[in-house]
Amino acid sequence: MLAWFLANFSAMVFYCLAAVAVAGAVGVIAFRSPVHAALSLLGSFLAVAGVFVLLHAEFLAAVQILVYAGGVMVLFLFVIMLVNVRTLTGEGQYVRRLVPAAVVLGIVLAVLIGVGVVAGGQGAVADPAALTAVAGVPLGNTEAVGWSLYRDYLLPFEVVSLVLLVAMIGAIVLGRKDLGAKEGA
Amino acid sequence: MIATSHYVILSLVLFALGIVGLTVRRNFITVLMCVELILNAANINFIAYSRQLGDLTGQVFAVFVITIAAAEAAIGLGIIVALVRLKHNVNLDQVNVMEG
Repeated sequence: MLAWFLANFSAMVFYCLAAVAVAGAVGVIAFRSPVHAALSLLGSFLAVAGVFVLLHAEFLAAVQILVYAGGVMVLFLFVIMLVNVRTLTGEGQYVRRLVPAAVVLGIVLAVLIGVGVVAGGQGAVADPAALTAVAGVPLGNTEAVGWSLYRDYLLPFEVVSLVLLVAMIGAIVLGRKDLGAKEGA
Repeated sequence: MIATSHYVILSLVLFALGIVGLTVRRNFITVLMCVELILNAANINFIAYSRQLGDLTGQVFAVFVITIAAAEAAIGLGIIVALVRLKHNVNLDQVNVMEG
């Protein structure tokens, strides 16, 4: 009994985390209040961070919690409070005429990705030691990701920093107070 | 050891839910959350195949995806704030000034 439990422990953790992630995603679509949807999304993000740990991506699990749970979700909640959406919500929450289209889209995507799973999931899983090794020396996942990021992908890294700068400037411009006045003139 | 296909199916479910939310919801803020959900599903795929192949490139690209998601959230929420100033509304059916 104990041996079976230990052998299947990671599988049980995975199924619990997957259930939480999917339930959170359903909550995002189903909740009427944006605050509830944001908190539901937060639960989904935390479960996905747990899935990253199971996949030997400890650094990305930490980044997921720091950036998504700590940064993006707080930003969402700030904006929801700022615009006070509860007084703004209109009569309908859903676009009813698009529901059949969404279902068809979902089925087509499921078939396409199912084919991808069957085609791409062949072969054994590689040795996880490769995910923590720097030039053959076993260090840690963070060191290995940093090594790969700064040595092999330096140019994309710089381009992404430029994207962040542009996004920051864009957010500042969009948030200016006189934007509406200029539009009306 | 959980097979890679399990992770890919989880990613598929999250992606499909994101697409459904993107299609049927009218609230702009919820639509942005669904985009975040889709990017998260892409990240699970990247990292699952990074483990399958024993190659760190997938994890590096997941870092890039998280960065783009953060930039997208900042811009999207800036648009929402501007929209509320302009039209006092975040309902996508009533925001059609760009249609000409």
